[in-house]
Amino acid sequence: MTKNNKEYLIKRDNQVYEVVIGLEVHAQVLSESKLFSASPTKFGSEPNTQVSLVDAAFPGMLPVINEFCIKQAIKTGIGLNAKINNRSIFDRKNYFYADLPQGYQISQYKNPIVGEGSVTLDMPEGEKKIGIERLHLEQDAGKSIHDIDPKNTLVDLNRSGVALMEIVSKPDLRSLDEVNAFIKKLRSIMRYLGTCDGNMQEGSLRADVNVSVRKKGVLELGTRCEIKNVNSIKFMQMAIDYEANRQVDVLEEGGSVDQETRLFDTKKNETRSMRTKEDAHDYRYFPDPDLLPLELNDEFIEDIKKDIPELPDEKKKRFIEKFKLSPYEANILVSDIETSKYFEDVSIKSDIKLATNWITGELFALLNDKNIEITESPISSEDLAKLINLIKDGTISGKIAKTVFEIMADGNKNPEKIVEEKGLKQQSDPKELEKIIDKVILDNPKNVGAYKSGKDKLFGFFVGQVMKQSNGKANPQLVNEILKKKLS
Amino acid sequence: MSEITNFKLCDLVDKIKKKELSSKEITEAFINRSKKSTKLNSYISDNFDDAIKRAKEFDSKPNLNKKIPGIPMAVKDLFCTKNLKTTAGSKILENFIPTYESTVTQNILDHGGIIIGKLNCDEFAMGSSNETSYYGNVQNPISENLVPGGSSGGSSSALAAKLTPATIGTDTGGSIRQPASFTGTVGLKPTYGSCSRYGIVAFASSLDQAGPMTHDVKDCALLLEVMSSYDVKDSTSVDFVRGNYLNDLSDNIKGKKIGVPREYRVDGMPKEIEKLWEKGIKIIRDNGGDVIDISLPNTNYALPAYYIVAPAEASSNLARYDGVKYGFRSRGENLIDMYEKTRSEGFGDEVKRRIMIGTYVLSSGYYDAYYLKAQKVRRLIKNDFDEAYKKVDAILTPSTPSSAFKIGEKLNDPVSMYLNDIFTVPINLAGLPAISIPAGHDKNGFPLGLQVIGKAFDEQTILNIAFSIEKNIGYKNNINDWWIK
Repeated sequence: MTKNNKEYLIKRDNQVYEVVIGLEVHAQVLSESKLFSASPTKFGSEPNTQVSLVDAAFPGMLPVINEFCIKQAIKTGIGLNAKINNRSIFDRKNYFYADLPQGYQISQYKNPIVGEGSVTLDMPEGEKKIGIERLHLEQDAGKSIHDIDPKNTLVDLNRSGVALMEIVSKPDLRSLDEVNAFIKKLRSIMRYLGTCDGNMQEGSLRADVNVSVRKKGVLELGTRCEIKNVNSIKFMQMAIDYEANRQVDVLEEGGSVDQETRLFDTKKNETRSMRTKEDAHDYRYFPDPDLLPLELNDEFIEDIKKDIPELPDEKKKRFIEKFKLSPYEANILVSDIETSKYFEDVSIKSDIKLATNWITGELFALLNDKNIEITESPISSEDLAKLINLIKDGTISGKIAKTVFEIMADGNKNPEKIVEEKGLKQQSDPKELEKIIDKVILDNPKNVGAYKSGKDKLFGFFVGQVMKQSNGKANPQLVNEILKKKLS
Repeated sequence: MSEITNFKLCDLVDKIKKKELSSKEITEAFINRSKKSTKLNSYISDNFDDAIKRAKEFDSKPNLNKKIPGIPMAVKDLFCTKNLKTTAGSKILENFIPTYESTVTQNILDHGGIIIGKLNCDEFAMGSSNETSYYGNVQNPISENLVPGGSSGGSSSALAAKLTPATIGTDTGGSIRQPASFTGTVGLKPTYGSCSRYGIVAFASSLDQAGPMTHDVKDCALLLEVMSSYDVKDSTSVDFVRGNYLNDLSDNIKGKKIGVPREYRVDGMPKEIEKLWEKGIKIIRDNGGDVIDISLPNTNYALPAYYIVAPAEASSNLARYDGVKYGFRSRGENLIDMYEKTRSEGFGDEVKRRIMIGTYVLSSGYYDAYYLKAQKVRRLIKNDFDEAYKKVDAILTPSTPSSAFKIGEKLNDPVSMYLNDIFTVPINLAGLPAISIPAGHDKNGFPLGLQVIGKAFDEQTILNIAFSIEKNIGYKNNINDWWIK
């Protein structure tokens, strides 16, 4: 099985199957208030404290569209290089559930706000374009809690009515790596735009996965199964892997795949049938008569376009062209907007090459170690720039800089002060260095003799001794020069 | 005291402004008469004690600049009223007390009105005789065991019996105009978007519209001014310049072109109605109006289209009554069982019938044949009116194809019940304003009404035409207080 390469192929005896994947990503719109009410949307609040009469569907309550959420959806559409529709319609999707107070979800069915677009993935083999089918706005439901009370289901409506963007990809994904890259790219674009925080743990980014298999070389798509609500990339990959193999097994045994909705059990690592096509809900979609069709004029859309910041693809291009970064480096630095901001901050104030190395090296290791985001970094971009400048102007060596970095990591201190206080300034005065070197030569006559008789490797020993004597502060370049002179 | 209740809304406003009567005197008079009139069953719940308190408060600091200063008023129980039980005529909202006020009732309060109670209506406004109410039948004060019309049957009954000087109803397919016609009162359905739907228990969102019900056209103009407002809380509310309907009220209709649609001459329409219509036409002509024959060719399809669109929306609007959050709940074995029991016990037959029709017409496989087609018909009906309004300023028709019928007479014949709305339904489908005014009596002495239909947002023209007809037609209600011992 080669699932992590360009193609995800499943081999059985004489057959090779290709796996075809499409995603329906549910991204929570970054907005202070809900899609059709003024209730706040803050995550983690006490249950049922962010619920208006509209969210709880009291008699006579009416939805009023939140213009900000519309703008966020349009922004996202622009970020996905997609067509923004001048006219879209909110429909009612009717079904009963305890955490769906209205008895219907307001969603966009036939006429979404955003049409076709695309996302470009940077795969090891090169770029790959993944088609976007559509983006539409809809309300989130509340939350049913089954495990607090043994006899009753409890309902928390805080999430009820929160704006979601459902972004539907075309069935263009062919491997688990592509799924991973697609989710990350989508997340990156939305974070650049400030339209979704992309936090999968808090559920602001969830996905339904459509999986089908077909014999390699066949053009027609196989029957797909939809796996509902998978909330991490890892689970998504596990679910796809399980599901694709299950489908291949079914076909190999001479059966046919049923179109159905399945649930991924994270504990057992398997997907289970939730409902078949036959017992699929009839949602009885129809245009919500409480809301007029959403008409957007071109001027409104153009105004939003003016506010679109530089997105990862453009930024990457600029970093490569202007900063002469390698595509690999550029990719790492632009994938997250905060990282790219940090990088630009540091490099403007110091040095591009050193900034690149220090951020992708020491800083990333530190953040990884502490399991924190770059926004929570104990070392500010300003201080890192100062540190780099100390290296650049020869005040400290790269090696000393690492020591300083470690001290900074503990408490965000000014590197200049650390160098000052700890006396870590590099010794670059030739006269002072000569004194130390002379002493080292005097103290090691045997080694001097051996070196002069051809043991070149001993040069390192002398450097080491000098560094030791200088407490590591000697300017290594100067030490080299002087030592070479003295020992010749 | 009993004389006070004989005054109309504008007279009472006048007497308060002239300090001839206090709000307390007026409020008590209507409350006392209401208390003596329980046999009519017009009320679902009352607010009498609180109302008298408020009347006293008003009298202690009277603000006479208001449009209806210190005027008591009972309202249809479809309007959510803060801290006052709101049932929509249904068991499923039996104990529901809103924490909020509908925009229309808030407007009434803001203009100085005092709410004295909540009036009976068909369950969720689904009905034409007030017989679907969980809270029982309502008597028409015109004659014992006569329906008051519906769905605003409690409103028409209370108004005609003078338990309230004026009232408000809602009209989805005729629910203001038909009961007005059955009780010899005036009822106006404004243009869709004129009165906010915020806080009104929804029946069919694209058709529902609140409106005034009064003794005469003058009162109607005043109450419309009070009720109508642009409201950001209702996305279908329209921001147009509302008229000074009362101030601009005029019976001068010289040169007005009034259309008479031939499709409204339906088979089996009683002779009296035909005659009444002719009388109305003559009055218009006599007063300098121009009567023009017009055609509204798709009229025949209005009723079927209405009975697809309205139930479709209702089936979805009523999904929120599930026993989870408020209102009636029946215990069940599990969630589905709880839903089924709650809704089976909480809703009455007519509501269930319409939920089932609505669910059916929206189902996949039927959507195109029913809902979508009905929407197309709706557009055609609207086009008919648009065409007609190129030639005329307003349209005159009878309000209903018959006068009020006996309680129980049509209860088991939904289709014949639905046919009652044949002249009113097209107007809701087209979103237009229309007023029903009393114009005569049938052979039993039961009231009959004429309907004036206007252009969108042109309530003034229909009020003026109605005013002119009212002045010349000489209608008087004969009510002998039979229900008061």
